[in-house]
Order: sequence, then C-alpha cells, then structure tokens
Amino acid sequence: MATRQGRRGILSHAGYLPYRRLDRSGIAPVAGTGGGRGTRTVAGFDEDTTTMAVEAGRFAMRALPDARPGALYLSTTAPAYLDKTNATAVHAALRLGSEVVAADFGGAVRSSVAALRAALGGGEAVLAIGSDLRTGLPGSVDESGGGDGASALLVGGDEDGALLAELIGQGSATEEFLDRWRTPGDVRSKQWEEKFGETRYLALGEQAWTAALKDAGLGADGVDRVIVTGPHTRAVGSFAKRLAGTVAVDDDLAASVGYTGAAHPGLLLSGALDAARPGQVIALVSLADGADVLILRTTPELGAFRAARPVATQLGSGGDLPYGKYLSWRGFLTVEPPRRPEPGRVSASAANRSVEWKFGFVGSRAPSTGQVQLPPAVQLDEVLEAAPMSEIRGRVATFTVDRLAYSPSPPIVFAVVDFDGGGRLPLELTDLDAADVHIGDRVEMTFRKLFTVDGIHNYFWKARPVRD
Amino acid sequence: MASHGIKDRVAIVGMGCTRFTEHWDKGTDELLAEAASDAFASAGVTKETVDAYWLGTAMSGMSGMTLAKPLHLEGKPVSRVENMCATGSEALRQAAYAVASGAYDIAMAIGVEKVKDSGYQGLNGFPIPTDGTNRTLTAAAMFSMVAPAYGHKYGVDDAQMREVLSRIASKNHANGALNPRAQFRRPMTVEQISAMKPVAGTLNVFDCSGVADGSAAAIVVRAEDAHRYTDSPLYVKALSFVAGNGTGLLDPDYDYTTFPEIVQCGQDAYAQAGITDPRRQLAMAEVHDCFTPTELVLMEDLGFSARGTAWKEVLAGAFDLHGDLPVNPDGGLKSFGHPVGASGLRMMFEAWLQLRRQAPEERQIDTTRKLALTHNLGGYPGEMVSFVSILGTELG
Repeated sequence: MATRQGRRGILSHAGYLPYRRLDRSGIAPVAGTGGGRGTRTVAGFDEDTTTMAVEAGRFAMRALPDARPGALYLSTTAPAYLDKTNATAVHAALRLGSEVVAADFGGAVRSSVAALRAALGGGEAVLAIGSDLRTGLPGSVDESGGGDGASALLVGGDEDGALLAELIGQGSATEEFLDRWRTPGDVRSKQWEEKFGETRYLALGEQAWTAALKDAGLGADGVDRVIVTGPHTRAVGSFAKRLAGTVAVDDDLAASVGYTGAAHPGLLLSGALDAARPGQVIALVSLADGADVLILRTTPELGAFRAARPVATQLGSGGDLPYGKYLSWRGFLTVEPPRRPEPGRVSASAANRSVEWKFGFVGSRAPSTGQVQLPPAVQLDEVLEAAPMSEIRGRVATFTVDRLAYSPSPPIVFAVVDFDGGGRLPLELTDLDAADVHIGDRVEMTFRKLFTVDGIHNYFWKARPVRD
Repeated sequence: MASHGIKDRVAIVGMGCTRFTEHWDKGTDELLAEAASDAFASAGVTKETVDAYWLGTAMSGMSGMTLAKPLHLEGKPVSRVENMCATGSEALRQAAYAVASGAYDIAMAIGVEKVKDSGYQGLNGFPIPTDGTNRTLTAAAMFSMVAPAYGHKYGVDDAQMREVLSRIASKNHANGALNPRAQFRRPMTVEQISAMKPVAGTLNVFDCSGVADGSAAAIVVRAEDAHRYTDSPLYVKALSFVAGNGTGLLDPDYDYTTFPEIVQCGQDAYAQAGITDPRRQLAMAEVHDCFTPTELVLMEDLGFSARGTAWKEVLAGAFDLHGDLPVNPDGGLKSFGHPVGASGLRMMFEAWLQLRRQAPEERQIDTTRKLALTHNLGGYPGEMVSFVSILGTELG
C-alpha cells in the first residue's frame, strides 16, 4: 500500500432490489426447459438500469445526507441508452451539483469493479453505482440464474467523512480469453464450454488473491469473510470452495436474487457491511474477464452507520410475478395493448427546463402561505422556495384503476397523494397489485420510466407502498 | 368583480343540429355544411347575410378557414375557438357578445367535431410537446374518483352508489331513445347497466358519454331584431364562463365531491339572469354528463339539490323527463353522444326545441316555467373550465 496517500474506503453503501420475484419453478412449465429452485429478482416494467441506479444511489445518499461526491460512476451491461450518458439522469435525480462529473462505465460486467478500483485510487469522493438487468432466452441459465438490481458505494478518504471500511489491499489479473460474449443489439449472451473458462478464472483468481493478500500484508487466515462473485457460476463456486477451508465465504444470493451482473459486487459488499462488526477484514473477489480482489477492514465507525434499507430487509419484501408477465415485461411475449394512442415523445427542451421537477421531484413552496405546489408554480408575485419532495412520504387520499389508459403494463393504478407536511399530487402507483390499494395507504416516491417513445425514455416519479 | 351579463340583449333566432353518431360517411366539411344549412333555413337567413362566424372545434381543424372553405364564405370574419369540451358553448358566447356590442347584426356560432377518424375509442387530445410529467390518465379514470369520494362523504354504500349511477345512465338512455338525433337510441335498464364490467374505477362503459361525430349551429341577433326572423326567439339571459387554475389538484382539502369552478359559474349565471331559486324557476337543464358521477355532483353544484341529497333525488326520479326538473331531456352526452366542439350548442338546441314546444310530443316537457339552463364543462375534477347559460322565451 506504499503508493497510496492517506486512507481510502467506503463512506456509505446500499443495495437496491426491485420488488418483483420470479419463482424459478414457473419457468419450465412454459418454456419446456430451464428454471430451478428459488427466486430471482425482476425489475418492474417501469424500471431500467438507470432508474434502479437512482434507487440505490438515493439509499446510499440518504444514509449520509451531507456527503458531497465529486463524481458519479454508473456501471451496467444493459444501458438504457448508448451514445448518450445514462449517469446524467441519475445525477439529476440525486440532485448532485453541476460541477459533479457523471460518467458511464459500460459494456462488460467487470466495469463496475473497475469503477470501484478507480474510485478507491484517490481523488475526490465518488458515488460508484452498479446497476444491471440480466436477461437470457426463455429457459436459459442466464434467465433463471440472473437477477436485476443495483448497488451504490460512496467511496472517499478520511477528509470526506467517516470511513466504514478502509481499503487495505488489492490485486488484479487480466488475460484475454473468450468465456461469454454478446454482440451489440443481441438480447442474450452466449457462453463457451464452461470448463475452459473455469481453468482461466481459477488461475487468474489465484494470482489476484495472492497479490492482494501480499498488498495487505496478510495471510489468508487474516481475512474474516470473503465474497466471491462473477458471471461464471462454476468458476465462482470452485474458487469459493478453495477458499472455504480458511475463510468464511458469504452467501452470493444466487438462490434468492440471482446474479445481478455489474451490480453484484456492490450488492454483496453492501450486504456484508450490513452484517459486519468493526475491525473485520472483508475480501471481495470478482471473477469477470480477469480477476479483481479488494481487501477492506471495517472501522469502529461501522457500528454507528444506519443503512437506509439493508439488503436483508429488501430480500424479505418482494411480490410474486408470474412467468408470463415476466416474459411480456422483458419483450419476449407481446401482449395486446389498450387501444389508445401512444403518448407523444418527451420534448428535450421542455424536459431540460423542468429538470429539477422531472428528475429531482422538486416542487415549490409559497413563503406567504406555506403551500407546496406540485409541479412547481410559475413565479408571479413572490419568490418561491424550492420544495424537494422525493424523500417525503405521503398517503393515498383517493385512487382509481384505469383499464383504458395507455400503459406498457395495464391497468394503471392512480392515486391522489397527500404528502406529509403539505403538497398533493395525482400519481401513478407501482410495485403493487390493483386489488391491494386502499385509501389511507402510506406511500413513498420512486424514480421510474413511464414509457418510451421514439427511443426516448420518459423518466419521472411514481409512488409505491411503504413496506418497512 | 363585474360580471354584468347581457340579459335580454341577444336572441337565438335559428338553430340546426345534425344527428350525433359515428358518421363514417361524413367528414368535418359535410357535418358543418349540414348544421349551418339547417340553421340558415331555421332563421331564414343566408350565408351572405350573416355578418360574422364563430367556429368551435377542439381538434378537428385549425383557424376560421375550417368553416370558410366548406361554406364557401366570401370575405367573412370567422374565428375558430377552443375551450376543451366547452368549445361549442364558447363559440356561442363569443358570437353573442359580438352582436351585443353592436359590431355585427347577425352572427353564427357553430360547433363541430369529427372524432371517429382517429382509429381509437374515446377522445384523444392532440399532443402538445411537454416534459413528460403530465398525467396519462383517461378522463373516465379522473371522474371515477368522484363516486367513492361522494359515497364516503355522504354515507352512500357501494351498492347504492352503483344504483344511483345506473339510474342516471338509464334515465339519459330513456330520453335518448325518444330522440332521432341521438347516438344511442336503445333504452337500458338499471340492472343491465349495473351488470357491466368496470373499465375505470367502478365506472363501466355505460357510465361514460357516447363518442360521436356531429355539428350544431345557432344564429344570433340583437333581441330587438329577433321578431324579424322568428315569432318565438330564445333570449340569452346569462352566459358565464370560469376557467379553473388547477388548484384542486394541489389542495389537500379538495375532496372530489364538488367542482368549485361550476359552483362559481352557476352563481354568476344566476346573478346575470336574476335567478334566485333555480330548482323552481328552471323548466329544464342540459348538463355535462360526461360520466354518471359528474351528473350527480352537478345537481348539487348547480344548486338543484342540497349537498349530499342529489343521490336520493336521482333515485326518486326528480330529474326524469317528467320529473320536478327534467335534466338532459335529449339524452345528454350519455346517449346523444359527445362531439366535443358541438356539444355545447347541442344542449342549446334542446332548449330551443323544448321551450318553444317544438320537441317531439313523446319527449316534450312541461313549459309552465320559461327558462332553461345549459351547462358545459371541459377538463377534470380539480382542473376544469365551466360554462353555464340561461335561455328563456320571454323578455324580462
């Protein structure tokens, strides 16, 4: 660790699991093959890697509201846009300052660990977010073994806040070999015969593991727990088994969540930090087109940290999704839409003018009356104050179920929401079934994609039931 | 605030109205030509002797040329107006004020909508480029929130509310069945309507107005000139318009059981016309029954029933064709159909027929009282425009 200046590590962390769960036993009766035991997480029809990144980012920032990251990195293998940066929408939803850099680390699973390494390397505080949708053809291993989710790690030095875990060693190994691949535009990845990739990953993993331990000045017995993750299930299992003799290996959430790609290293690390005690050494091993090992030691400050929504809590709160609905949400099954015209595409200039409202969910407040105006009112006779509402909860004043309106997944459940402390807005509800809504229900805000027209994603906020 | 009105200064002396239906064989031009020709003939005027025109259409055409072209008007001023579903009433309001001002002697107000060329059911607004954060809810869903709110506030349980709403629809279907110009001419029982599957909240398709093509027109002149054209003119007693500012959507005290814009608009109209007891003074009312809960709430907002009592009066038949105050004797939006730009003038057409005792015998109402009200709205609970007119056959 001689080359690094000052301590560097994790300031805050969060995972985000979408509400819906697909029971893998529902796959084979339809697809004729595939499936298995347990569940996987499924992003809502109104979620993509950008919206899930926002949710994870909000959780991480909520736990440390005074943090001021200088950069936002978004890593995904399933970007909502190509050519256009996706991190800027996350940046807007998190209301980061315009001086904060927002950039995508895209394409391969390894990008999220690479972004984390870059963030740990020094400089300003970085919010490193991994977010992924894992899709395979119906009946495939990628379909049943994949999961959707996001994770956010706020990385910095002592000058940025109290470190929860300090980086004490790292090692990497890189080699060109073909294990899995997807050509741009294809809906699924393909994989070479597993045993070949396994030989490469075990060798590269060993190399990186040894280098990281040396960097940390530890023997393997100095590591309390290890996280092993990567897209190659067999290699991950074999490598974990090798280490299991000397180190406690964390559950990789394969049975309940599935492998969430670029989100997974951060998701497992967040879960590990939720469960860890101060003074423990945690190693993260990522096997993805090479191997990366990061070794962290938790600090005394860990005990005072309160996660906004621990991964374990989210694991316990999910709703079933039938396989047919999953297929239609993923675009594998085209269902007859309501016979209504598609909405118009979003105006770029109009969206830019209202970026604080559309992405940040900031209304206005009239100082004279205290009334909260959603959307923000036009300034006339008095200077209005900003009223940030994304973290404010509310209750359902009344609601309706619209079976006629255009929606990517009808029917639309709409509620008039009264926010705590003032403000009212009719909002679409999400992450629930139409029969489950009642007047008086508590709701919280969530960043979603309303629809996509002309390839333009229309991001805005919806309300979902409070479940904690 | 001054809202003086133009009581007894302007009269309607001729009207025309097409059938409202799915006119697959007629376009905007043909519908306009038919309604205009009927109105010209009704008043005994020609297109040349009409000095100025106001055309109401929400989405079937732009500018006054939409009317000037099919009527082959030469050198005439034609204004196209739009005020959501109250567009037809707005056209009449502008024409009446122009005549009252002395600027013109004879004006035509005409409304039209060709909605059935869109390929979709229901009404579909034209897309204004936005930031994408506006609601995408249908009007049916927006108005569906009124029914449970009303039931909750006044202790009407779900089954009773269903019966009340079906009763309103059934009444309007019964009236429409007697009207050759109406879109739907089949009577529907309360049981039949209640048995339908919901499409938005608890509302089913029979709680929703018909969607039709159509056109309606009126010729207006100064009141003192009216008898040159007809022995039985219809005098304009009041024209009121209120455009809401959308505060209902923001206001946590707004409970979806009333439409404040309509309360204001009704009070203004009654003041203009000198009406103190609408329930006893009006012979009839044509109201904007876009959805059955709308008609229910309108009975209270327009002062026909005390708050929380309209549902009982609906069940008792107070607003039936031969009830205490006939409401929508022509079948209303529910069964006459709703070509957006034409509906406001269609309501006045029914007042024109009824108060002058020219309605077909089977639906002619009692005309001991000499005043009719038309009410036309656009928008949704919490954010709407409202129009109310009072028309009468006698001066003073």
